[in-house]
Amino acid sequence: MLRLELRGEMSQPMVYLSPIFAVILTFIAGIIMFTFLGVDPVKAIITFFITPLNSLDGLAELFVKATPLVLIAVGLSFGFQANIWNIGAEGQLTIGALAGGGVALLFFNVDTPFLMPAMLVSGVLGGMAWAAIPAILKTKCGTNEILTSLMLTYVGLLVLSYLIHGPWKDPDGQNFPESRLFHDAALIPIILDETRLHLGWIIALFGVAVAWVIMTRHMIGFQIRVIGLAPMAARFAGFKEKHIIWMTLMISGGAAGLAGTIEVSGPVGQIIPVISPGYGFTAIIVAFLGRLHPVGCLFAGLLMALTYLGGDNAQIEMNLPNAVTGVFQGMLLFFLLACDVLVRYRFRIGSLTKATGGANL
Amino acid sequence: MGDWLVPALLTIITASTPLVFAAVGEVVVEKSGVLNLGIEGMMIVGAISAFAVGVTTGSATLAIFAGAIGGAAVAFIFGFLTLNLLANQVAAGLALTIFGLGFSALLGHGFVGKTFPGLPKLEIPIISEIPFIGPLLFGHDILVYGSVIIVISTTYMLNKTRVGLLIRAVGENHDAAHSIGYSVNKIRMACVLFGGAMAGLGGAYLSLAYTPLWVEGMTSGRGWIALALVVFASWKAWRAFLGAYLFGGITIIQLHAQGFGVEIAPEFLSMLPYLATIVVLVLISRDSSRAKLNAPACLGRSFHEAG
Repeated sequence: MLRLELRGEMSQPMVYLSPIFAVILTFIAGIIMFTFLGVDPVKAIITFFITPLNSLDGLAELFVKATPLVLIAVGLSFGFQANIWNIGAEGQLTIGALAGGGVALLFFNVDTPFLMPAMLVSGVLGGMAWAAIPAILKTKCGTNEILTSLMLTYVGLLVLSYLIHGPWKDPDGQNFPESRLFHDAALIPIILDETRLHLGWIIALFGVAVAWVIMTRHMIGFQIRVIGLAPMAARFAGFKEKHIIWMTLMISGGAAGLAGTIEVSGPVGQIIPVISPGYGFTAIIVAFLGRLHPVGCLFAGLLMALTYLGGDNAQIEMNLPNAVTGVFQGMLLFFLLACDVLVRYRFRIGSLTKATGGANL
Repeated sequence: MGDWLVPALLTIITASTPLVFAAVGEVVVEKSGVLNLGIEGMMIVGAISAFAVGVTTGSATLAIFAGAIGGAAVAFIFGFLTLNLLANQVAAGLALTIFGLGFSALLGHGFVGKTFPGLPKLEIPIISEIPFIGPLLFGHDILVYGSVIIVISTTYMLNKTRVGLLIRAVGENHDAAHSIGYSVNKIRMACVLFGGAMAGLGGAYLSLAYTPLWVEGMTSGRGWIALALVVFASWKAWRAFLGAYLFGGITIIQLHAQGFGVEIAPEFLSMLPYLATIVVLVLISRDSSRAKLNAPACLGRSFHEAG
C-alpha cells in the first residue's frame, strides 16, 4: 500500500518541479476533457495554447493580460506568506479602477502630463482604502479577513454598477451604462506601435523587482516569512503581528488598485460594467503557481494570461465556451496542490507499522 | 395585512432554503475539523447538475439527486487533496470554487435559455387553504421540507448519536481519536461528501425552484454567505437555520423595498446581504471567547498518521 512519509526537510527541487508537473498534468487532463467534449484534442490544445502566440499582436496581448495578473499576484504573495488571506483583490481592483478613473473623469477637460501619475496614485490609494476595511476589522475585532475581503468584492462591484448607471454615465452615451471615453492625457502610453502593449507592463516588471528586493533583502520580508512559518517564534522575537497584517493588506490592496487603474486607462479606456474578467481571483492561482515569489509570479502570470487568450481564441475559432479558461485555471491549481504534497512528504510502499513501528519504540 | 405579508414570507422561505442546505452541510464539515471554502463551487456544480438532468429527463426527483451527487463529486476532489494529499485547505477550497464556476459554465453552455417547470408543490386539500397558516406551512416543494428535516436530523445526529460523537471527536482532537482506533480521514471524508451533497442540494434549489433557469455564476456569492453563517451560528445546525432565514429576509427586503417606495438606488439595497454578513462577523468576532469556545479545535489542520 502507498503511504506518505514526512521528509526531514522541505524538498527544494520539488518546490520548483511541482508547478511543472502541474502544468503537464493539466495538459493531459485538458486533452481528456476535450475528447469528452467531442472536440479534436490536438487541434483544441493548439488553438488554446499555440496560435494565440503566433503573431506580434498575440505576444503583445499576452503581456497586456499578464500585467494585472502579475501585479496583483505579487502583492498577494506577501500576505499569503504571512497567512493573511486577502481574497478580495477583485474588489480592490474595482475600487482602484474607480478611484483612478474617477480622477480622469473629474479632470476631463484638463490636458496635463501630471494627470496619468495622479490617476495611478489615486488608484493605489483606492485599492488600499478598500483593503483597509478588512485590515481594521482584523486588527481591531479579530474578524476573519477571508470573508470580509470577499464580501467587499461584491459591494465594490455594486459601487461600480451604481456609478456607471448613475452619476458617471456618459451624458452623450445614449444611455449605455458606460462612462465617457478617457481623453489622451488619461490613457496610458503605448510602448509598441500597432499593438495594445502599454507602459503598464513595465510598471508590472518594476513591481516584480521592488517586491523581490523587499521580500529577500529587507527586514519586512523576513518578518512576513517568520510570521507565516512560525507565529510563536515571531511573537517571541517581538514582531508586531498587527503591523504585518496592515502591511500585507496595504501592499496587496495597493497593487490590485494599481492594476485596476492600469486596466481602465489602458486596454479599456473608459469605465465599463465589467472591468476585469476575474483577474483578482485568477491572481490567487498565479501567486501559488509562482511559489509566492515575485519572479515566479511573473512566469505564472504569463501562463495564466495565455489561458485567457486561449479561451477567447477557442471561442472564436472552435466555438468552445470560454468558460474553458476557468476550468483550466481550476485544474491547474488542483494539480499544483496535489503535486505540492511531494515538497514535504515522499511516497513509501508498505504499511506504517512494518516500516517504522519497531524503530520508534 | 395578509395581502402582502404572506407572499413576502413565502419568498423569504425560498430565498433562505439554499442557504440552509449549504450552511448545515458546512457545519458538519467544520465540526469534523475540515475548513472547506469551496461551498460556492459545490453549489454551482449542484445547480447545473440538477438543471441539466431536470431538463433532459423531465424528472424533478432525478434532478434533485443529480444536484446532491454533483456537489458531492466535486467535494471529493477537495477531500482527496486535503485529506489524502494533505494540501492546504484554504487554497484547495479556493481552487474548488474557481474550478466549480468554470466547470459549471462549461457544462451549462448548452442549457442557457432552457426552462424547467419548477418543483411540484405538496398541497394538502382543505388544510392548505387555512388563511395565513395554510400557505405558510403547506404547499411548499419537497426541498423546503427537506431542509427543515435536515436541520433537525443533523442537530440530533451531532449531539445525540455515536456518529455525531465521532465527528466531534476528530474535529476536536484528531490525534486522540486516531489513537483509540478511529480512522480520522475516513470520517472526515464522509463529512466532506455530506457537505458537498448539501451544498449541491442548495444549488439545485436555486436552479430548479428559486429561478428555474441556468445562468452562469447564478449562486452569486451565496456559498460565501453560507460560510459566514457557520461562524454566525457558532457551529450549531439549528442556529445556522435561523441565520439563513435572517439573511433570506434581508435579501427579500432588498427586493421589496422599492415596491414600498423607498427612494434609493437598487445597488445600495443589493449590498445589504453582503454588508450584513460583515456586520454579523464583526459582532461575533468581537466576542472572541464565544467564537473560540465553539470552534472545533482542529479546524483547518491536516491529519497525518506519523505526525
